[in-house]
Amino acid sequence: MSVSSGPVSALDSPPVERQVAGDMIRRALPVAPVLVIVAALIWGLDGGFSAAYGLAIVLANFALAAAALSWAGRRSVVLLMGVAMFGYIFRLALVAGAVLAVKDLAWVELVPLGLTIVVTHLGLLFWETSKVSASLAFPGLKPDQRSA
Amino acid sequence: MRNLFELALVLGQQEKGLGALGAGIGYGAAAIGPGIGIGYVVGNAITAMARQPEAAGMVRTTMFLGIAFTEALALIGFVVFILLKFT
Repeated sequence: MSVSSGPVSALDSPPVERQVAGDMIRRALPVAPVLVIVAALIWGLDGGFSAAYGLAIVLANFALAAAALSWAGRRSVVLLMGVAMFGYIFRLALVAGAVLAVKDLAWVELVPLGLTIVVTHLGLLFWETSKVSASLAFPGLKPDQRSA
Repeated sequence: MRNLFELALVLGQQEKGLGALGAGIGYGAAAIGPGIGIGYVVGNAITAMARQPEAAGMVRTTMFLGIAFTEALALIGFVVFILLKFT
């Protein structure tokens, strides 16, 4: 008879949010230069800088969300709820602040900055979702043990 | 003549103020929907974890992705607001 070695409480589960965010950041790093070059070709050097800044905002947003949710998930599910809700408002304010703080600077082009934020956020999510869906449906075929 | 100039100035300021008000309302409205959505996602994830604690890892993975997808709506709203207001 085998004894399950899985978590016995919701608080015992591993910090999966960090693993997912880490996967997304690892996948974004090789794509980032391509994105910056494309933005630079279309909008000039300022567009490239703006795209890089937008990418940094998105990755920081993912990392912050993962760190906060992992931290709360280890403590209490009630805290998880609070951190998820207030974290959403806090991170949205941070993103808004990060964009509004630089909008008048000479090297900022708002169109590539905004497009990069939306495209990178959604692109990384769809990419990660396809990997997570595959690993949940076929755990034995998981291509990378680090992915959730 | 001077009155006409003052009237144009006031109307221009009003238009600017109404534009800012509209952009603010639009951004706020774009943030409310995802807020409700994240509430649903996390609430149901907590219910799932309470019913099946051994599946908490999978539930939290799905919850994190659900939160991020929902948050994308707010980010789209914010980007549209920025582009409409400042370009």
